[in-house]
Amino acid sequence: MSRKSPLLAAGIAIVAVGALAALIGPWLTPFDPADQNLPLRLAAPTLSHPFGLDELGRDILARVLAGARISFLVGIIVVSISSAVGTALGAVAGYFGGFWDDVISRTVDILLAFPGLLLAIALVAVMGPSLGNVLFALTIIGWVGYARIVRGQALRAREFEYVQASRALGAGPLHVLVRHVIPAALPAVVVQATLGMAGAIIGEASLSFLGLGVQPPTPSWGNMLNGGRAHILDAPHLTIFPGLAIALLVLGFNFIGDGLRDATDPKKPRG
Amino acid sequence: MTRFLIKRLLLTVPVLIGIATLVFLMLHLVPGDPAQMMLGESAPPSDVADLRARLGMDRPLYVQYGSFMKGVATGDLGTSFRTNRPVTSLIAERMPATFELALVSMLAAILVAVPLGIIAAVYAGGAIDHAATTLALLGISVPNFWLGPLLAIVFSIELGWFPVSGRESLGSLVLPAITLGAPLAAILARTTRASLIEELNEQYVLAARARGVSRTRAVLAHAFRNSLIPIVTVAGLQFGSVLTGAVITETIFAWPGIGRLLIQSINSRDYPAVQGCILLIAVTYVAMNVIVDVAYGWLDPRIRYE
Repeated sequence: MSRKSPLLAAGIAIVAVGALAALIGPWLTPFDPADQNLPLRLAAPTLSHPFGLDELGRDILARVLAGARISFLVGIIVVSISSAVGTALGAVAGYFGGFWDDVISRTVDILLAFPGLLLAIALVAVMGPSLGNVLFALTIIGWVGYARIVRGQALRAREFEYVQASRALGAGPLHVLVRHVIPAALPAVVVQATLGMAGAIIGEASLSFLGLGVQPPTPSWGNMLNGGRAHILDAPHLTIFPGLAIALLVLGFNFIGDGLRDATDPKKPRG
Repeated sequence: MTRFLIKRLLLTVPVLIGIATLVFLMLHLVPGDPAQMMLGESAPPSDVADLRARLGMDRPLYVQYGSFMKGVATGDLGTSFRTNRPVTSLIAERMPATFELALVSMLAAILVAVPLGIIAAVYAGGAIDHAATTLALLGISVPNFWLGPLLAIVFSIELGWFPVSGRESLGSLVLPAITLGAPLAAILARTTRASLIEELNEQYVLAARARGVSRTRAVLAHAFRNSLIPIVTVAGLQFGSVLTGAVITETIFAWPGIGRLLIQSINSRDYPAVQGCILLIAVTYVAMNVIVDVAYGWLDPRIRYE
């Protein structure tokens, strides 16, 4: 598969490097992300501090590495919960139809009526800024996409002959959903989950950038960029490095998502 | 067409009611007392009780819901806690700036992305296509809260071409519009490319070429017109991201629009203003989706008769 998809290979490489950096980050630099060196505040990159120091004299490389942990944590938690919830609800809506389909589909419609991150911004605005609330808000907007995909697949799967055969042989709804309907939807769910990782990482960074997410002094790429805004004139390195980290990781997940979509698209000719 | 329009408009009514209900509930289902949160934790209970009475929060929930919905229907969004002015007039003041920014960035995105997508599709698989496709993926992945400051570093600070912030001259529109439009341009270029490649493989394009229609005309007048539906859909759907992106872009460039008002209101716990901004953005988005649906009928006559 990856032989013909350089995109997928490049994406996997970028994400693997990012994940490794998040895991072994503390051993890659001698500096603690919280240690302040006030005399050197805003110092430009040097050999010992390759990304420079921030407004409180903290090592930006150490903070970018610590921020990677937050980004992966947010992505993994948001994607696991929202894909599980969305898949279950979408399967129920599409397979049973009727009342539950109405309730679930109308909820999806209303949540989709809010553009992108707006609902997350609104939720965090009233609940208060914290990592927990960011996870909650991103999950609330996240599950909808999976529910829509799986509902559509379940509607189709209901008509498949092997599904009807399974029902005729006495299989109960749970068996049919778990063994036939959800597996049929899985490729689409995996693609959505990969793009969802990118979405959740950007979502957390956006909220933190607006001051609504992870709160300082805990380093997150978004709040580092927010801190860099005040020093864009005198210390642009505060802005450049955390932003580069977000862009690269998101690019990696988008590469994987695109590559997987092409690989699982039956209409696309494969070499 | 009129029947389709009426039906489509009627279908949005429950969605609009749902949005308003959710915006209302947001403030009331959250643990804690909104009045206490607005005033801060150290506020004396008497002040909190006063504010609760002033905001009508001492009434039963269904009464509050009724008056909120009545207010929304009549364009009364309450009084801003921070400025003591009607939320509707605060929003009305900020709206032109946001729409100016959103429209200019969408237009710029379309003008850049559609030709790029067409060229990529016509030369699919070639070097130009690869360059365009990579550029598009980059555009999607670079977050606007990084692109904005980067543009400011290069074009305002290093080159001094455009102002860093504010809305004084036409020049101050350039960087915010690029920041907001870049991801949209990337997505549109990808959609244009994919959609046009599909059409170019259709028999009717070959037939047109066989009749002696020039290659350019076959692409633009025949295939492109038919590939417009997905392009319009994506452009319309992305309007929502543009509105959310405006919240971030306006914050970066101190652009005096709805997005900045929203963040300022959140920071000062001005909940009536927060509710108003969110309601307005969501309703604008729904309206845009209706416009997209109606545009289908115009682009593809087959849809009209369904």
